[in-house]
Parts: sequence; C-alpha cells; structure tokens
Amino acid sequence: MTVAHPYMPNSTPDAKTAMMRAVGITDVDELFEQIPADHLTAKPIGLDAGIAAESTVRRHVRRLLDRNDSCAENLNFLGAGCWQHYVPAVCDEIASRSEFLTPVWGTPSSDHGRNQAWFEYASQLGELVGMEFVGLPVYSWGAAAGHAVRMAARLTGRHEVVVPSTLDPERLAVIRTYCGPGEGNDPITVVVARHDPATGRVDLADLEAKVGEATAAVYLETPNHLGVIEADAAAVARLARSHGAETIVGVDPISLGVLMPPPEYGADIVVGTTQPLGVHLNAGGGVGGFIATRDDERYAREYPTLQVSLCDTIVPGERAFGMTLFHQTSYGSREDGNDWTGNSVYLWTVVNAVYMALMGPQGFADIGETIAANSAYAARRIGEVPGLRVLWPSGFFKEFVVDFTGTGRSVAAVNGFLRDRGIFGGKDLSADFPELGQAALYCVTEIHTADDITALVSALNEAVTA
Amino acid sequence: MNDGMSHGVNGTNTTGGLNRADGTARRYHAAVWDEPLIMEQGAPGRRGTVPPGPMEGAGGGDPLPAGVRRTTPPDLPEAAEPDVLRHYLRLSQQTMGMVGISLFGTCTMKYNPRVNELLAARDQVAEVHPHQDDGSIQGLLEIVHRFDLMLRELSGMGRFVFQAGGGAAAAYLHACVTRAYHESRGELAQRRDVITTAQAHPCNPATAAAAGFNVITLPVERDGHPSLEALRAVVSDRTASLMINNPDDMGIYNPHIKQWVDIVHEAGGLCFYDHANFNGVMGRIKAAELGFDACMFMLHKTFGVPKGGGGPAVGAYGCTPELERFLPGPLVVQTDSGYERRENPEGIGRVREFLGNLPQVVKAYSWLLAMGADGIREAADISVLANNYMEARLLAVPGVTKSFDHLTLRRLEMTRFSLGEYTEQTGVTAVDVQNRMTDFGVDAFWLSHEPWIVPEPFTPEAGEGWSLEDIDYWIDVLAYVMEEGRTSPAMVKSAPHNQVVAQIDGSSLDDPSRWATTWRAYQRKNAQRANAAGR
Repeated sequence: MTVAHPYMPNSTPDAKTAMMRAVGITDVDELFEQIPADHLTAKPIGLDAGIAAESTVRRHVRRLLDRNDSCAENLNFLGAGCWQHYVPAVCDEIASRSEFLTPVWGTPSSDHGRNQAWFEYASQLGELVGMEFVGLPVYSWGAAAGHAVRMAARLTGRHEVVVPSTLDPERLAVIRTYCGPGEGNDPITVVVARHDPATGRVDLADLEAKVGEATAAVYLETPNHLGVIEADAAAVARLARSHGAETIVGVDPISLGVLMPPPEYGADIVVGTTQPLGVHLNAGGGVGGFIATRDDERYAREYPTLQVSLCDTIVPGERAFGMTLFHQTSYGSREDGNDWTGNSVYLWTVVNAVYMALMGPQGFADIGETIAANSAYAARRIGEVPGLRVLWPSGFFKEFVVDFTGTGRSVAAVNGFLRDRGIFGGKDLSADFPELGQAALYCVTEIHTADDITALVSALNEAVTA
Repeated sequence: MNDGMSHGVNGTNTTGGLNRADGTARRYHAAVWDEPLIMEQGAPGRRGTVPPGPMEGAGGGDPLPAGVRRTTPPDLPEAAEPDVLRHYLRLSQQTMGMVGISLFGTCTMKYNPRVNELLAARDQVAEVHPHQDDGSIQGLLEIVHRFDLMLRELSGMGRFVFQAGGGAAAAYLHACVTRAYHESRGELAQRRDVITTAQAHPCNPATAAAAGFNVITLPVERDGHPSLEALRAVVSDRTASLMINNPDDMGIYNPHIKQWVDIVHEAGGLCFYDHANFNGVMGRIKAAELGFDACMFMLHKTFGVPKGGGGPAVGAYGCTPELERFLPGPLVVQTDSGYERRENPEGIGRVREFLGNLPQVVKAYSWLLAMGADGIREAADISVLANNYMEARLLAVPGVTKSFDHLTLRRLEMTRFSLGEYTEQTGVTAVDVQNRMTDFGVDAFWLSHEPWIVPEPFTPEAGEGWSLEDIDYWIDVLAYVMEEGRTSPAMVKSAPHNQVVAQIDGSSLDDPSRWATTWRAYQRKNAQRANAAGR
C-alpha cells in the first residue's frame, strides 16, 4: 500500500520497521515460514485495490443500495416471520453505542453494564411470557423452536414432535434441519397435524390421533402463522401432558400485552421471536429467537444457550452478573454439551431490553389493542372488495388470510398491480398452502393508518376489476 | 482498599513501561453509576413510549376470541423516555468493550468502520422486508452476489451462502451438508464419524454431534498437531467429514494439511476448513487449492463487521461446485435481467430463516472494498508481524511461557501463552491477571477454548487494528500486573479494583436454589432464603 490505511494504525513504514526490528527480520515473508511453499496460492487475489477514501466507498455502496425499495417509502402489508413495527428512536440510539456494538467478551466486572442489560432483557421477556428462566437468545424463532424440540427429546427420551400444518414453511424448514432428517443418531420425526379448514386452528381430533407414547413434544403457535389465535391451546397442552409429552408454545411477544401468557394454558417451554421488540426488518437480518421455561432444574439443565444470572461480588452487598450453567454449553463441554451454541444476536438483546422498558405494561396493552383492532378493521374493509374473502374473519391477531380465488386472479398478478402503486401486498401463500387457493397473508400493525387501508382497498378494487 | 492504579501512577517504574511521567500510564477508572435494574426504576403511570391508538374506524366489539385475554399485566418498568435512555447509556458506559483495549484472542478484534453502520442503517437495508419481491431489492442482491464472488477469490470455492448466523451455525450447516451429501450417495448409514482435533473450536465437534455424527477428536502431539499416523488410524469408510482449523489458536500451522485432506478424500469423506483464523493467512492460501470441499469465514471477525457482543453475525459458508446442490436456499443468482433468489431443490432447506444477516453482509462488502487485495494482504502481514512483536516482548516478561515452545518456527496471527509456571510460583492465576488488567483499561484476553492444552493459558491477538502504542501498553500492563502478583499477590487476586463492580462471587451460579436469570426468580429465591433463615 502506498499510503497508510485508516483502518490500520500500523500500516506506516515506521511502525512496521519498528516491529520487524524487534522481531529480528527484514522481510515480513520470513514470518510465514510455517506455511509450505506449495500451500501458497500461485495466483494473486483477484480483487481490486483498496479504496482508502471513505467518501468513495460510501458513494459506491449507496448507489447500489439506492436500487432497493423499502417499506419506508412503500406501503407494506408483508409479515410472515418478520414484522414491521415502529422502532423507537431510543432503540436505535442505544444500538449504535460503541460499547454495545463492537465488543465480544470482557470480564464480568468490565462487562457489567452489558450483562445487566442482558439480565433486564431476560427479566422483562420473562414477565411477558410468564416464565422465570430465560436463556440468552438464539438466531431466530425457528432456531429457538428447533432447540426446544431437541430439549424435549432429551427430557422425554422420545423422538417425535407434532407440529400444526399452519406452520410457516420457512420456520418449519429450520425446525426440520434441527431435527436431523436422514439417518442421524437421533433423528426427530416431524409429524404434521392438520388444521381445521373452518377455523384455521389446529384440528384437535387429528392431533389426538397423532400424539402418543412416542411424542416428545407438541409444538403450537398462537397466533399461528396464518394469524389465527389457537383458542384451544389449553386442550392441546392437556392432550400433550396426558401422553407425557412436553408442550412447546411459540409466540410473538408483542401480542402478550393482550394475550394470555402461555404457561396459563399449559406451556412447558415457550419460544418465539424477538424481532418485533424494537428491531428493524433488516431484510430478515433482524430476527432472533428466545427460549423460556419455569425455573425448574429439569428444564434449566437442558438449555443449550448462555444465561446470565444475578450474583454477588466479593464485596458484601454488591450485585453483579455471571454466566450460569456455562459448563453444559458446547463452549464448556464441546460435543458433550447440550446441542451447540455460538455467536447469536446479542446486540438485539440489548435493544429488546430497551424496547420493553420503553413500552412498559401499558405500552404492551395499548399496542396489542391497536394491532388487534387495526387488523380486524383492515380485514373487514378488504373483505368488502368484490370477490375477496377473508378466510377466517375473526379470532386473529395482526395477520389474516385473504382469498383471491373468487376474483379469478392470482395473488402474484394482484401483488404486481399493487407493487406498481407503491404497495407491498400480503405474502403469497399459493405455493406453500395450495389448499387455500389463491390466498395471501396480510399483516396490519400499529404503523398503519385508516388512510393506508383506504389506499390498499382502493388499489385492490382496481386490481380485481382491471 | 488501595487504589490499584496508584502503583502505576506513583510507584517505581518496575516494568520499564507503566509510568505516568512519560505518559505511558493512564489514570483509568471505569464508570460507576451504581445503576439499579430498570425493573427497580420508574413510577406508576410513567410512559417511555406511546404507541398509536386504533386507526379511525377501527374498534367496536372485541376483536379477540373469548378466553384468550391476559388478565394480569406484565410487571414491566414504568419509566419515562429520558430515564430509559439515560439508564441504557449508563449501562453502555459500564461496559468497557473496545473503548478500552481488547486483544481478545481467537476473536480478531478489529476496527469496525462506522461508515458501514451508516450505510446499513439506511432504509434501503433497515426497512427492507425479506419477502419483498426480487425486483425491489436488486441492490441488496447485487451486493450479496458481488461479495460471494469476492469470497470465492479469497478461497477458490464455488459459491458462498450467508444464512448461518455465526461461525457455529456455519459449522452446523457443514454437518447438515455432510449428511445430505452422504445420503445422496446412499452412504449416510455407514458414514458416522466426524474427525476433528483438540485444537478445533468446540463448535466443530458440538455441531457434528448435534447433526447425529460420532465425534473423533485427535489429540495434539509433539509437533503441535496430531500426526498423520493418528489421522490414518481413525479414517475409514465410516468417515463422513473432517472439520478442522488451520492455523490453530496457538498460531501453529499444520504443514501436512494437504495430506490430511488427501487421506480423508481417499476414504470418501469431506473436508471442512473452519477459517476462524483466516486473518493471518488471507491472501496467501486458498482453501480450495489445499483440497478442502468447504470452508467458513466469519464476517464479524475477519471482515470488519462489529461483533455486537456476540451477534448478529454471519458465518459465510462456501463450498465447491460439487457440493453446491446441497446448500440451503434460497441462492442468489445472476440472470440476464438482474439478480434473483432461487430455491435449491436438493439443498438442506434452511439453517436459519431468510437470506441471513444481510446488513452484516453489506458491512463486510464495504469493508472489503475499502481494504482491497492490497489491504487484505497488508492486514495479514501486520497481524502476523504484530503477533510476533508481542511474542518477542511477552517472552521477555518473567513467568510467561509459550505453548509448544520447542517449536521454533514463527507463529502466525496469535500465540497461546501460559502462566503455568508463574501461577505455581505465586498462586496468581491467569484469571486473576485478567481481572487486574481491566483496572488499567485493558479488557480481557482470551484464555483458551476447551481443552486448554497448556496450564493457565492466555491468548492475545493484536490483529491489524490496534496501534503499536496500544500493543505496548497492553504488554506493559501485563508485565506490571505480573510483577505486582509477586510482590502483592492479594492485590491481584482480589482484583479488579477500578472496575464497575468488584470480582464476582460465582458460587451461586450453578446452584439451583440461587441462580436467577430473571428478576422475578431472584426476588422469589431471596424471599425463600430469608424465610428459611427465619427473618
């Protein structure tokens, strides 16, 4: 390099010379003496020369990004595993703090602030989901569900999980990966229970036929992927328990200001997403997943995750935080640990803590009421468009299925029409749920206004008559 | 208690380094706010943020079915917005991180350019929904594609995917690809063994086991790596894959790695290169040229992406064209009209939802543009040079020894050292030294992944992002603390003294009656203990 690179303080000739002199070499290549000559690449790396000027890099990347459209300047009704909620400015401010943004691990004393933020995340999430033991998060909801299923398999010594047919195919694919398809040592068979076409809820009779002595866990989500609240969740949990199986419930915590915490209807393990709690969509890069249970040794000892625990210091009366049950992770015990762990989404954990603290009990109650009311209202208006039908017009939260079959038009065609008018229509379900016909999953949250719904309905009217 | 720094400030210059007068010492003390938990703050009725009410026209009748409503509100804080902001600002101040000096080995603590944060925070990334149509995210898809091509240049692999949310997830992805590969050949029932070494990161054996394989871990031998004979003894027609890093965390490069790959290939197994320690060899070696079938780069380590305290991260997984069909979908492919996401029908499905942590891919792409071919090479040179500089200085500190010190060839970007002899002499452990160093604004070094291999290990890694002055200061602090441990061991063993809180008492952490991952659990257990004590 001809000039010192701003990212590399020691890229000056003086610094390199000083270090080389101390090491006793005259050529840096001498330092690579361990690598046999025939391991070195013969071809120079086919990348351009570096660009030291930040302004040039910034302009280049900006130009590429300018080719994207976003939900900021378009009207968005996509949800399905990643949801557009308002992110309070304080969340972004804290997320950008260098102390949280850039580090890895320090000591418990020098990491105290971050550990406290993590503990506050777990404590507040525990309040929402009604559980006392909360692990630090994993990569995503699907990952959390996958780990929870494996926890249940270890707890019960059984190797089947029953999941509802309404499950998000994206999430199900992750769960299947975690369950180990093929001929692994302990593959977990994923058994799919039908949903009732009349209600969108899990079909209890079919579930009853599929849950048995081999069942490690029943996995249920409420609201489910298609937005429907599983009002029979207590019966599902009773059924699971009667067969000695664990009940794993997946939730979107933003619903829990108005919806009952899962343990109240029998959940043993609660999992879910953390993205709605103050994290931007990030093109899917904002997702995170959590695992929570009762503070019961039986469950605690099966966690694969890291956890922070409140503890004492050697100074009487002083509080601190440390890792609990570290030994049972793969960091502590390699292949003998529970499952595996690694980097996760811990920056979002801090953001989630900020979000929950900002919202408080009233904020979660309010946002739940608003989402429930807004989505119900939007569904009603959309249902009035000729040829459109809301499949399950009541008993949902935030998302609902719109059936376009009656219009003779495909969801793809309608969404293309909407797209030209600055609207991202609902997620096309026709490939993943062909039995629903030409159906789309619409997501309406607190960010939407009556004008937005009017604009959507007007465009839909045009789309189905055009 | 004596203020630890006062030794450095006023004491005699016993290390030749720490001396206030010549500016090499700092009068550091961590911020101490005695900040209560957020759950202990606030007052009834206060609001931190107010969501909008239902839209005009909405309402009328309960939209929720009977019997599903929450009846008891969650016991969350009720705090005003400025109070929440200041609380978390204080917690940030009570986190040293990279505001201090962090040479946390194996994690390649390098500078994270802030321009990339600004770019990734733009609406065209932050407010993009993963289910948007391809036409609306051409810029992002192009960045993914371009960055894929750049990593191919650095590795010789055929394609990269970014779905794995970290290095461990990429290792798991490899285990899943291995499963699919052998299943496609009808050999999965037979191919049960994954071979790794004691020097490999724990995620390799752990993810292999989670994917259903038997793990064979080869011990390190006198040459600094397992012998070819040891490898041959365990390779068989049961071998599914080798999962290995090189160089290892001791900075030792296995010169027989090509033979290793050949031996495993001849037996029908795959070879995975965990490129956790890429920083010292980038630009010099390519995984595919060494014969590997797949490799993994950590964008949050080697490619300038911030670690976030442990993610969001990316384990970029690359493989040869032969394995491409097993990759998780969707793949980003270039077409005549632009870029599109395409499912991979024979692939393993998903290892995580969506395309992965794309903001991190944008940051890594931007970082690699800024570095370029010359910058990459320079960074590798500087990181290896800095490590050898550190080694020369550290080995002059009495009590510091080097792992496998009979191996005289120069180490790469990090060296694992040992305080074993020093601990025997003084009773002061590596953890004690680590704690005491934080009193000087130097955050934890890494000890070692399991197994340690040497007693009382410590593994610093200077990389290319820390100045010579920082490196010198780090060494001076270590030397000072070690000397202090000889003269005033209690000072070191009771450290830290200048930190946010004192040394933790970890005795409760694995005790079910006392551990508490939530405030509610803590309060309940505290009350139970108080009751039991008859108070």
